Amino acid sequence: MTDTTQTTPLITAKNLWKKYGNNVVLERMNISVNAGEFITMVGTSGCGKSTFLKMLLGMEEPTSGELLLDGKPIPNEPDQSRGIVFQQYSVFPHLTVLENVIIAREFEHSPLIGKLFGGKKQKVIEEAKALLDSVGLTPALAKYPHELSGGMKQRLAIAQALIRQPRILLLDEPFGALDPGIRADMHQLILKLWREHNLTVFMVTHDLSEGFYLGTRLWVFDKLRRDPHSPEAYGANITYDLPVTRKKTPLPNELKAPEEIKAAEMAL
Amino acid sequence: MKRLINLTPTKTTRWLLGILPFALIILVYIFASDARLAENASDKLLPSFGQMGETIHTYVLEPSKRTGEYLFWVDTYSSLKRLFLGIAIAALIGFTFGLLTGAIPTFYAPVAPLLTVISLVPPMALLPILFIVFGLDELSKVALIVIGVAPFIARDMQRCTQEIPHEQIVKAQTLGASTWQILVRILIPQLLPRLIHAVRLSLGAGWLFLIAAEAIASTDGLGYRIFLVRRYMSMDVILPYVAWITLLAFVLDWLLIKTSHKCFSWHYQKTQ
Ligand SMILES: Nc1ncnc2c1ncn2[C@@H]1O[C@H](COP(=O)(O)OP(=O)(O)OP(=O)(O)O)[C@@H](O)[C@H]1O
Ligand SMILES: [Mg+2]
Repeated sequence: MTDTTQTTPLITAKNLWKKYGNNVVLERMNISVNAGEFITMVGTSGCGKSTFLKMLLGMEEPTSGELLLDGKPIPNEPDQSRGIVFQQYSVFPHLTVLENVIIAREFEHSPLIGKLFGGKKQKVIEEAKALLDSVGLTPALAKYPHELSGGMKQRLAIAQALIRQPRILLLDEPFGALDPGIRADMHQLILKLWREHNLTVFMVTHDLSEGFYLGTRLWVFDKLRRDPHSPEAYGANITYDLPVTRKKTPLPNELKAPEEIKAAEMAL
Repeated sequence: MKRLINLTPTKTTRWLLGILPFALIILVYIFASDARLAENASDKLLPSFGQMGETIHTYVLEPSKRTGEYLFWVDTYSSLKRLFLGIAIAALIGFTFGLLTGAIPTFYAPVAPLLTVISLVPPMALLPILFIVFGLDELSKVALIVIGVAPFIARDMQRCTQEIPHEQIVKAQTLGASTWQILVRILIPQLLPRLIHAVRLSLGAGWLFLIAAEAIASTDGLGYRIFLVRRYMSMDVILPYVAWITLLAFVLDWLLIKTSHKCFSWHYQKTQ
């Protein structure tokens, strides 16, 4: 880490609000995240976790308040500094696994037709193959996404998100649709990539144990104020911001039914 | 006994059942035609297959006495040329407008309402205008097909563009893509199989406009011919021509499906 990242936080939110019309989704958020943290986010459905990710990505703009990247307002459209993996639809169905990854380099080096040929292409292919190997997709290079299993698709989406070397990786329930065994593999993979690529990760999950296991810091989103007559009047905020000390415990029992957020609050 | 909805015929039975209605229609026709011809040998309404064969033989294989042309082939060539030209131009215009309105909100705002209104204008009502503006020759016939088909293709393409998950567009941007690169590498390749589908659906309308235009003002073409010989009640020409048009339509459709499957295999496995 350089000195600047230690002095200025990577991401800062100052009194951040997000409303859709009269629907207050997030309110009064104040946070500061340093480079290299692995943030996991849990919270009831519809409380604004995806909305927060979208603001980090630049798809949505804050209604009021500030959201800063390196102390400057975050760019208001998606770019290569922030990679994303959605729960689904993250990969391009008309491209093979290899093409799905090299396309990022083709965008970079071929502004007019978005395609590379010859030696340049070969170089990019080598790079993409190495990256795909690190996510275990070497046997599937020539396959189309519809021929891949759910886990392989998410591995591809992750590899694709990493090739332009983003500093921030956003994950919106990336493993939500996977079965427990595959999920455990994906956890090892994402931790490995997080370390190797010096990433700052923001990950939404519905699985509390996953959140505790992966994160260095766990956020619980919830509404502090509630008006029973108009549920839209108040927004959610981060009610718990927990540093997670990584214990050398074995993998949490993935087969357990995902706990409710309420249960987490009781435990606290 | 299984429920009717659970009974699936085997492959051979399906084939036989599929052929059955055709065989029945032909049989009924032969009986009816025989009956009428037995009563009056010069009846023109239901010619026998022999009579139709003879007439078509002269159209296909003998040059016309008046012009020296092989009428059947000249008609086919003229009609197909108009149809291809019309459909190709319509596909190009429809694709461009559909893609741009579907993908770019600033383009959608001024163009989409206009497109909706244009697609509501009955194209046949514009035919007189086309004749006045473009004259009675080829251009107005091709223009009718274009006007009739392009709005449909444009709106279909617009819908298809909007149906491509927004996640993909966001993802492409996080990979550093510009608007142009997103169009060229993400949207257009995914829309091509859908364009072929839209063209298949619009070919029926294409034939309709072609035959209508040829019937009204033309000197050759399949539509021109059947409307010309109608005056002499020449069912022996009309029926084979109709069968020929149907066959051409079938072959075109089949070629489009085959091309699409061959070039865009990923599209079909995905939708299965
Ligand atoms: N584009 C939008 N326009 C209007 N309202 C929206 C929009 N996107 C989200 N919302 C609203 O914002 C609220 C938060 O949605 P969000 O998707 O962020 O929830 P979430 O925490 O990700 O939920 P889940 O866990 O179910 O994914 C919801 O009430 C939703 O209806
Ligand atoms: Mg969500």
